[in-house]
Amino acid sequence: MYNPTVARLTWRALLGRRRALILCVLPALLLVVAAAVRAMNGADDAVTSQLLGGFALATLVPLIGVIAGTGAIGPEIDDGSVVYLLSKPVGRTSIIVTKLLVAAGTTAVFAAVPVLVAGFVLNGNSQQIAVAYAVAATVASLAYSALFLLLGTVSRHAVVIGLVYALIWEALIGSLVPGAKTLSVQQWALALAEKVAGSGADISSSVAVPTAVVLLAVVTGGGTLFAGQKLRTLTLAGEE
Amino acid sequence: MSTIHIDRVSRWFGNVVAVNDITMDIAPGVTGLLGPNGAGKSTLIHMMGGFLSPSNGTVTLEPSPGPDGKPAAAAPIWRNEDSYRHIGLVPEREGMYDFLTGEEFVLANAELHGLRDPRAAAAEALATVEMEHARDRRISTYSKGMRQRVKMASALVHHPTVLLLDEPFNGMDPRQRMHLMELLRKMGDEGRTVLFSSHILEEVEQLASHIEVIVAGRHAASGDFRKIRRLMTDRPHRYLVRSSDDRRLAAALIADASTAGIELDRTEQALRIQAVDFTRFTTLLPRVAREHGIRLHTVSPSDESLESVFSYLVAA
Repeated sequence: MYNPTVARLTWRALLGRRRALILCVLPALLLVVAAAVRAMNGADDAVTSQLLGGFALATLVPLIGVIAGTGAIGPEIDDGSVVYLLSKPVGRTSIIVTKLLVAAGTTAVFAAVPVLVAGFVLNGNSQQIAVAYAVAATVASLAYSALFLLLGTVSRHAVVIGLVYALIWEALIGSLVPGAKTLSVQQWALALAEKVAGSGADISSSVAVPTAVVLLAVVTGGGTLFAGQKLRTLTLAGEE
Repeated sequence: MSTIHIDRVSRWFGNVVAVNDITMDIAPGVTGLLGPNGAGKSTLIHMMGGFLSPSNGTVTLEPSPGPDGKPAAAAPIWRNEDSYRHIGLVPEREGMYDFLTGEEFVLANAELHGLRDPRAAAAEALATVEMEHARDRRISTYSKGMRQRVKMASALVHHPTVLLLDEPFNGMDPRQRMHLMELLRKMGDEGRTVLFSSHILEEVEQLASHIEVIVAGRHAASGDFRKIRRLMTDRPHRYLVRSSDDRRLAAALIADASTAGIELDRTEQALRIQAVDFTRFTTLLPRVAREHGIRLHTVSPSDESLESVFSYLVAA
């Protein structure tokens, strides 16, 4: 399933030049804010939960997910270089699964790890808040990667659509509108965070844990399968 | 010895028919796919390479017999990853992991083929295209011709029996062109099935032993280059000529059998000449002008565009 050559090509494309810089900016911002908040307010569980929930999980994770997920395949399809992957006796599912792992790994490193560190900086993991949000961010990384990888195989405007989804649906509607919450990766991940964190931590999700787990699995698995299917019948636009 | 069978294949995009009911076999040796831009060459090559499904008909690959000598069954190429064990692809587009060095690129291709010794295979392929000197340079620093050669290396790395090249000579300088031609000729002589597309007759004529002509999505002609060449040169040629004395020139030219008709175009202030024997007419015109002391101001072929050549072919 995992193809090391596909992984190497994807890593290098993903972490090359400008994209790596963008990937570093947001986590750096989170850590700076976390340090500043701690310095000014001292350790505070409620503030920690607000920052990790409101900024990190609602904005940082989906944004990094968009960059890593679409970046793992979109540019290759755009410039046609994907032809060198596809003109090989390599299973299409294996290509997608490898790219998913690379995208999810990248999202985890640039989103989940900073969340964990920021949590420790903010309140020293009191009430397990840092770990809880890091778990949520890791799970969300996988789901977002699958979602945006699929988007990258389906649309040439994957980044724009992904950004709109991440910023408007996940960050805005998904946090505010009650009905929409059930259909938000963020809320599913929050359900897990709620489970992990101490009872005193102010983390709540509008989705029950079993529902969340099922929906996460469906989105990740379904997205991967569909992306593999898409790749199998990928038509390369000629230059005629 | 592999053969690609194209059987009653059509491909349309919405209302546009790009390839219209084409049947042909691409056999071992070098085949040139000739046609003007937009004729459907790329669409056809994409279908042969498994990157486009035929709307109608089938494209199948009949691979060379296995080690036991038994002929292998022909299999459709679309949605069949295994066919890439036999096919090497040189795409027209330029995207090719520019951040890698030439060697890394060819090595990655060798690994993706699951070759036993990818490093040796990559080195061999780079040597075949004479790119060893630049193997450590990033592809982004390569010239167009160098990119083309590295693409070739990536397509040859697994010793395919079928090689498909989409407009491989575009943007190459004459020396690189010659080198690639030599290489493809050698592959054809080795019994591989080499197919390349081009819109330039001279390229195809120099290299291909067999030519398939496509015009406006249709299979217009098929055969060796002499037959195609004759079809192309035997048609009437039209010229627009301006001289110091059009009437006298016209009278002198019409006396020769190579000229079929001459019209005095008053608005253009020029002669419209229809020649039937192309080679003879091209020596006749300057000779007649010199003998009669007539000065030629303009001699321009009025229907030399490739499209008109091809449309003549279709009508033939």
